[in-house]
Amino acid sequence: MIQFEHVSKRYKAQSAPALDDISLEIAEGEFTFLVGPSGSGKSTFLRLLLREEKATSGEVIVNGKDIAKMRSWKVPAFRRGMGAVFQDFRLLPEKTVTQNVAFALEVIGAPKSAVGPAVADALELVGLTEMADRKPGQLSGGEQQRVALARAFVNKPPILIADEPTGNLDPATSLGIMRLLDRINRTGTTVIMATHDAAIVDQMRKRVIELVGGHIIRDEARGVYGYAG
Amino acid sequence: MRRFGLALREVGHGLRRNLTMTIAVILTVAVSLTLFGTGLMVRSQVDAMKDYWYDRVEVSVFLCGKASDPKVCPAGAVTPEQRTQIEASLNGLTGVVENVFYESQQDAYNRFKEQFKNSPILENVTPESMPESFRVKLANPEDFAKVAAAVGTSPGVEQVQDQRKLLEKFFKLLGGLQAIALGIALAMLLVTVLLVVNTMRVAAFSRRKETGIMKLVGASNAYIQLPFVLEAAVAAGVGGLLAVGAIAAEKAYLVDKVLEPSFRFTAFVGWDDTIKIMIVIFLTGIILASVAAFLTVRRYLKV
Repeated sequence: MIQFEHVSKRYKAQSAPALDDISLEIAEGEFTFLVGPSGSGKSTFLRLLLREEKATSGEVIVNGKDIAKMRSWKVPAFRRGMGAVFQDFRLLPEKTVTQNVAFALEVIGAPKSAVGPAVADALELVGLTEMADRKPGQLSGGEQQRVALARAFVNKPPILIADEPTGNLDPATSLGIMRLLDRINRTGTTVIMATHDAAIVDQMRKRVIELVGGHIIRDEARGVYGYAG
Repeated sequence: MRRFGLALREVGHGLRRNLTMTIAVILTVAVSLTLFGTGLMVRSQVDAMKDYWYDRVEVSVFLCGKASDPKVCPAGAVTPEQRTQIEASLNGLTGVVENVFYESQQDAYNRFKEQFKNSPILENVTPESMPESFRVKLANPEDFAKVAAAVGTSPGVEQVQDQRKLLEKFFKLLGGLQAIALGIALAMLLVTVLLVVNTMRVAAFSRRKETGIMKLVGASNAYIQLPFVLEAAVAAGVGGLLAVGAIAAEKAYLVDKVLEPSFRFTAFVGWDDTIKIMIVIFLTGIILASVAAFLTVRRYLKV
């Protein structure tokens, strides 16, 4: 589903590449952790996948297509196939929970009759049906991240990208978010999550790819955060 | 077209959110378009005057009188024979001369008296001091040289004068003023474009969170950018309407009520030209603002 073929990314100002000759493959339905210290290239990896950046060399192939060669007007349609959540939630403060989730469908021109039910389903999935009319400021961090997840998933994208989704949350709340990601993954969605959270990675026992200085130093099918053993 | 409706709601929202900037854009557009329109009005006015005057220009063939310079008229005043001869020469220029009109000293005096009714200069003027002349209307106003060649050196002719030359100096002056007016107007239009660019930059920045989310969930570029462009177009449209009103006021009051009654000897810019100018400035405002907004947000809201 997702392939990186000798991908390097070099930002102009820096001499060392953010990603250096990365090759890997992520299968459909897989749950993959991306771990590594700050500046190891995790975010660059995710930005390449979202096509917010283009690789300096190599190919990023999603569903058989090199996304760097994609016409820019096709990028929005491509992104509709991906949900994304971030450490800072990125919710609109003046909109209610329902409106925030519905926004994702409205701006891509979904028919009005489909928006209401889809939003209700997504809020039920993340367990926020009761909070539907609140605004993000009235919610806890964990609840806000659930709203963000509902928004990312309301469109039922085949791929979900999570960039440190538990970075601002306490361990108990983080666990709740992870359960949710796991549930989303079980619906067949490919999940790629960058994280620093060792406890979570160790607990989940999913595929772990560790990046250091733009290189893959470890890729284990059922890994933990640090070196196993 | 639901998406379009949603985008329109965003427009009203965006304009109100950034009210000071919106007002600044509206007023700048109104002022610059009014200046631009005024420049165009002046141009039309000059054209109207050119049409009016060039239609009436004549070549004056002044005849020798008692008061003429003896170097030019060594034989003194023109004789009746000479006068007949000159008139025949002028009428002989078929195809060049449209008609010839004789103005006697008394006619010239009367016309002078009419033109300088309220001037003390009149006291020193007698019919004898006025020159008699042939007023020659040319088929083609460029053909002055042919008339000068035909009668310029004939005995009894003091001077052949091309009124067109006098008018050209006058219109050159007007042309200069007009160029300055249009130059100022163009500078103001540039200021308007820069203000729109800056306003859109601020708007794009203040809404980067929404537009970022829109990009993330896969909203099309058109969907993200359209509200900004429409906002600029609506603000420019309001400014344009104000400018159109100002131009209408210029025509209805300044031209029709003030200038026209005071200056009876020329034509004035009409409503047909005025309406054309209104349409031109209105469209100019909207197109300039939309294009400026589009290019700005395209740069700042790149995928």
